[in-house]
Amino acid sequence: MSGALYLGWRYLAHHRLKSSILVASITLMLFLPAATRLLVEDSAAALTARADYTPLILGASGSELELVLNTLYFHAEPPPALRNIAFEDARATRLAKFIPVNARFHAHGAPIVGTSLDYFDFRELRIASGRQMGLLGECVIGANVAARGKLGPGDFLISSPETVFDIAGVYPLKMTIAGVLNVTGTADDEAIFVDVRTSWIIQGLGHGHTDLAKPGTSSSILNRREDMITANAALTQYAEITPENVAEFHFHGSSETFPLTGVIAIPPDQKNSALLRGRYQGNDAGLQLIVPGAVLTDLLDTVFAVQNYIILGLVILSLATIAVITLVFLLSHQLRRGEFHTLSRIGASRGYVSLLIASEVGFVFLLSAGLAAGLTLITRHYAMQLLQSFLTL
Amino acid sequence: MIDIGNLMFNYRTVREHGNSAFGMRIDRLTVPAGASAALVGPSGSGKTTLLSLIAGTLRPSSGSINVNHQIITGFNDRALGDFRIHNVGQVFQTFELLNYLTVIENVMLPWYITGEGHKKEIRKRAIDLLSNVSLDSKALSRPDELSQGEQQRVAVCRAMLNHPSILLADEPTGNLDQQNKQNVVDLLQEQARTYDSTLLMVTHDESLLAQFDLVLDIRSIATSPDSKPVQ
Repeated sequence: MSGALYLGWRYLAHHRLKSSILVASITLMLFLPAATRLLVEDSAAALTARADYTPLILGASGSELELVLNTLYFHAEPPPALRNIAFEDARATRLAKFIPVNARFHAHGAPIVGTSLDYFDFRELRIASGRQMGLLGECVIGANVAARGKLGPGDFLISSPETVFDIAGVYPLKMTIAGVLNVTGTADDEAIFVDVRTSWIIQGLGHGHTDLAKPGTSSSILNRREDMITANAALTQYAEITPENVAEFHFHGSSETFPLTGVIAIPPDQKNSALLRGRYQGNDAGLQLIVPGAVLTDLLDTVFAVQNYIILGLVILSLATIAVITLVFLLSHQLRRGEFHTLSRIGASRGYVSLLIASEVGFVFLLSAGLAAGLTLITRHYAMQLLQSFLTL
Repeated sequence: MIDIGNLMFNYRTVREHGNSAFGMRIDRLTVPAGASAALVGPSGSGKTTLLSLIAGTLRPSSGSINVNHQIITGFNDRALGDFRIHNVGQVFQTFELLNYLTVIENVMLPWYITGEGHKKEIRKRAIDLLSNVSLDSKALSRPDELSQGEQQRVAVCRAMLNHPSILLADEPTGNLDQQNKQNVVDLLQEQARTYDSTLLMVTHDESLLAQFDLVLDIRSIATSPDSKPVQ
């Protein structure tokens, strides 16, 4: 028996090109449907796990999906802005713990997420090195951001202007990295976290410069009246917040109007959750309170339906491939009739010749199955990273 | 020893193997043990068929074939295969070496089929056989890297691996030049003598006949079923 297996293996090894093409075809035939299914299921599991862990999201009326993707995965397309007063009002209800999220800017290709320290407790994020952010202008970064940019505590990040034509605000801000978060395998690994007020400074709603009321600043003043000082172009804004100049940073306008992209609401129980949802049901102030899990379930229902069509197509393709492979084996069998006849004339039984053929088919399928399994595992590993990158684009 | 009596082989048996309609009758044929016999006759007269009947790859319609006191005509397919691999060494006109195996693997092919014995011993036996024909240095070459003469010598080594009591060679010199023809006949005779095998070799070359103990003309030993000599 082992002799037939050996001869089968030697035949395949000798006809490397033919064997490789067969193995590659069968590998793809096995890999594509399996990988598609696993990828969709893993992606769905990853998406729903984070969504299910986030009870409610308060946001401005508009696309529910955009609100969920932005608040959970800091997706590039920010939803309509929600005014800070809505966050304050919600907090005043005491029906839940509320965490502001302002995710609309980027640095080094990673989203800058303005939030409060409650976010870190809620997501169970731990500082792996350095310390938690404490001052305006400080940030803590996700593990992947740190690894990708070889960044650590004490290094700097500069926020990216959203557009070069935006002269009214969104100045690049040099942010000091206070700490690096531990690896979580979630979108948090890909984010830069700052205090929500820092995100408003990046947006141009707050800034810092020399106090013009101080003596010795006359060269920067165009006009001084009792109630107003007009500065000239020589007055430069600080591009970095330091312990020395932090006191000179201030906001203009009412903080009630400052924008957020979403607010995570964590009610302590079902009753408070129901009360909160009731409060925002049919809200005419342009607000919506959504259950992220339900929104993603709707999305995934569509994804699964599409997936089924894709798998059906791949199965049809696989059947065609099987037919071609069967033909290849049959033709090969015909071409090798002389060889099998020789084996028979030497003394090999029909069973031996059948085992030889079966061993060749078996090796091809075994090798293909192994390769397909390996490829699926690799794809699965990298696909989760791909999914996260896609969601944080 | 080969002893054939009242053998009848008709076209129906042949047709199963895809040849043209053919019939053959042999009343008696005996080749003593250890003898070397040349089988001669024109093309299509049944020499290869006779070798196939003795090897058990073709079945007669009736009669008996006794090889070393084994009546093989009563054997089933499995027993015939077993009989062949243990008792019969065959050298084919077109060598029929497997190109995906090395020279030594081709010589060891009967062992890959039976799996009997230790691989190390069989390998040593194969090397010794190759060494006898000065091909041990090409043990790891592929058959298509060898000359025709070398390939035929490898085929002889393969036939001898199991020290067969019967050595059947079907025109093994057909594709060779005169020098190589002589070498192959010498080799077959030497191997047959070494292992006390009975040698039956089909040949068209009359210059080789003097070297055999017996010369059997198929026309004198086989007739068609209707008693006419086989043509």
